[in-house]
Amino acid sequence: MIFKFILKAISVALVSFSLTLISAVSFAATDVRIMWYGDGDKENVPIAAQIDEFNAANPDINVILDIVPYDAIMNTLPIQLAAGEGPDIARVTDLGGLNKYYADITPYVADPSYYEKSFGPFLNWYRKPGDTTSIHGFHSTMTVTGPYVNKTLFEQAGVDLLGPGATWEEWAAVSIEVAEKTGTPIPMAWDRSGHRVSGPAISMGAKYFDSNGDPKLVDDGLKAMTQMLYDWHQAGTMSKDLWGSVSGSKYHAPNDWWNAAEVVFMMSGSWQIGRFANEVGDDFDWWAVPAPCGPAACTGMPGGNALLAFNANPAVGKVMDYLSSKEQLSSFIGQVLAIPGHLDLQVDYQTDDPNAKHALNTFAGAVPTIDQVAFDLQAHVDNRIMFNAIISRLGQAIVGEMTMEEAWARMDEDVEKQLKEKYGG
Amino acid sequence: MENIRNQTKIFFLRILNIPFAFLMQAIDLIMWPIQKIIGVRNMPYIFLLPNLIFFGLFVIIPLGANFFFSLSSGDELLFAERELPTTKQYDQLFDCESYLNPNTCTEDFFWRGVYNTIFFVVFQVGLMIFFSVLTAVILNKKIIGRGFFRSVFFFPVLLSPVVVGLIWQWILLKNGAFNAIIESYGGDKVSFLTDPSWAMASVIFVSIWAHMGFYTLIVLAGLQAIPPNLYEAAEMDGTSRERIFFRITLPLLMPNLLVVFILASIKGVQTFDEIYVLTGGGPGTSTSLIVQYIFTTGFASSGSVQNFGLAAAASMVLGVVLLFLTLMQLYFSRNKESKHQEI
Repeated sequence: MIFKFILKAISVALVSFSLTLISAVSFAATDVRIMWYGDGDKENVPIAAQIDEFNAANPDINVILDIVPYDAIMNTLPIQLAAGEGPDIARVTDLGGLNKYYADITPYVADPSYYEKSFGPFLNWYRKPGDTTSIHGFHSTMTVTGPYVNKTLFEQAGVDLLGPGATWEEWAAVSIEVAEKTGTPIPMAWDRSGHRVSGPAISMGAKYFDSNGDPKLVDDGLKAMTQMLYDWHQAGTMSKDLWGSVSGSKYHAPNDWWNAAEVVFMMSGSWQIGRFANEVGDDFDWWAVPAPCGPAACTGMPGGNALLAFNANPAVGKVMDYLSSKEQLSSFIGQVLAIPGHLDLQVDYQTDDPNAKHALNTFAGAVPTIDQVAFDLQAHVDNRIMFNAIISRLGQAIVGEMTMEEAWARMDEDVEKQLKEKYGG
Repeated sequence: MENIRNQTKIFFLRILNIPFAFLMQAIDLIMWPIQKIIGVRNMPYIFLLPNLIFFGLFVIIPLGANFFFSLSSGDELLFAERELPTTKQYDQLFDCESYLNPNTCTEDFFWRGVYNTIFFVVFQVGLMIFFSVLTAVILNKKIIGRGFFRSVFFFPVLLSPVVVGLIWQWILLKNGAFNAIIESYGGDKVSFLTDPSWAMASVIFVSIWAHMGFYTLIVLAGLQAIPPNLYEAAEMDGTSRERIFFRITLPLLMPNLLVVFILASIKGVQTFDEIYVLTGGGPGTSTSLIVQYIFTTGFASSGSVQNFGLAAAASMVLGVVLLFLTLMQLYFSRNKESKHQEI
């Protein structure tokens, strides 16, 4: 009797345990990990809200948002990926540089043609050379490099802002004039980035590629722009304190000086709009101005960041479909005050700031004026190698470690050396 | 009553002992046959084995991997996908027209790192020993608040290098606290961290500030080990204070100073984090040391090719320098021990 009872009890326990296990397995949510860098809360809060909304509506998928510093995207992510680790999705800016790790999510997205129609030109930036069909992700925001001016300082100095067609030399001259009249310490400040230098260099005639389409960094156009930057540093038009505060190819932005109204003219890009709207506020009027001209063009550099997949599965496809949908993208772009990478998106920008509105119009209007060389450079898989060579060698020349002639020779050598290491030979 | 209490105590101790006894029996069950096979003499190796496994796993294998990386090329991380073997990385590292001019070297960043490291170590270690001795001599005297000052000088050692870097960045930046003081006295701002002629001096100063406490402690221990009767005898002979210092204190302090010299040199060659936070190696490459070169080349290339092979080759070179310094330390410390034994 007792034996039978024990046997029954064990059977019931086993069946219950098995059922619990089966239900647990069948209802276990699939994890999708996103590695995300954001420009502060302005970008992190909206994306976190969207992810929460997605998780609530999709109990079978658990999206984990890892918010990391930009450095982690640039330096840690490539190592993780090389080691076969890494997230399912990441927000990256080195769009072509990581293309060997991207996964093709075409079979897992609801409507592949939506991606082609909405993000068409950008999809090629992520693809490996020769690939024309894969879908790896979508452009989160598009960016255009270009300058801002402290309009209040111009007004105080009684100097008129220059219009479209003004050259770099003319902008430098008026920035110096405003700085002198208002006692502002820094007439001009640039992001320390080869990408930022490249738009103006293309305006001066830089081609970046030889006739075969292979990287050929130094030419007369690049020399002209980098020489100008060198001269501005020596003359005090640009402060050595900014580019001198780091070494190598490390990125550095002059936001602290700008926010403190210590800069008349700042060369950066459209991604700063939301930040300036938050950080500068009513302290002074800031205005985005058209890209200054050189003999060849009046162009900035296109760019942006994309959410790209490193694993392809139905859950990743579903997350991508959700985040790239017009509704979600429009809401995100409207909150972060950016230029959409979506080709057909109506955005209701959530700001009353006239400076931000003007800047958004200026940068959106600059897109059609971007030179083809700039698009080709942005789409090139090895563009970072060229950007880094420019900034690290120019930085050395500016602080007196080498002459500009030596710096130009080194830029070409650096590119050649890195390409050899990457592709062999 | 006392007897009952003792018996109860023994009873509970025996109960508590049961699991340990069981454990020891279980261990004995494993150890006994091993001892039978390898003999009692070799048993210490069995006890060292767990530690050796961890040492091998986390030190020896990575060292070996680093060596093989230095003999490979390509931008892949996995060995199977890398080109092997090649001395290309070492050739590239040592390809110079003149080793005295980094601009003539293929890897000019490496050679700038080498020269900066040599400059940094020479001045940092030299000044650190000087200030450590000075501070230790003062702290060895019967001054008011001696315990407090000993703590104050040691406190920076407890700080993380990143914290040290951030604190001093805040103080030394052009808009930092130090320049605010200079300006308030009518002076001009100084670019302590962004002017190449100031930057190295600034990082040496900060590094001394951060590490001096540790070395002061070693020197202080040495000072306290000097027999007081030597000083008494010297005073009775009317010896001047300078002569006492140079003829008694300094010679007897030499073994400690040697330890300080070698330890500080090893630490100096390895310096990275506080400088990386403070100046990022800039302006240009004026404060970029070898370890930063290795880090940037291998892991922080900001989108350029992550050249693990070149970074590994550079770290092998650094390893040789550190090995030399460590052997020096071992040699001198053993020399010192044998002299003590002779005495």
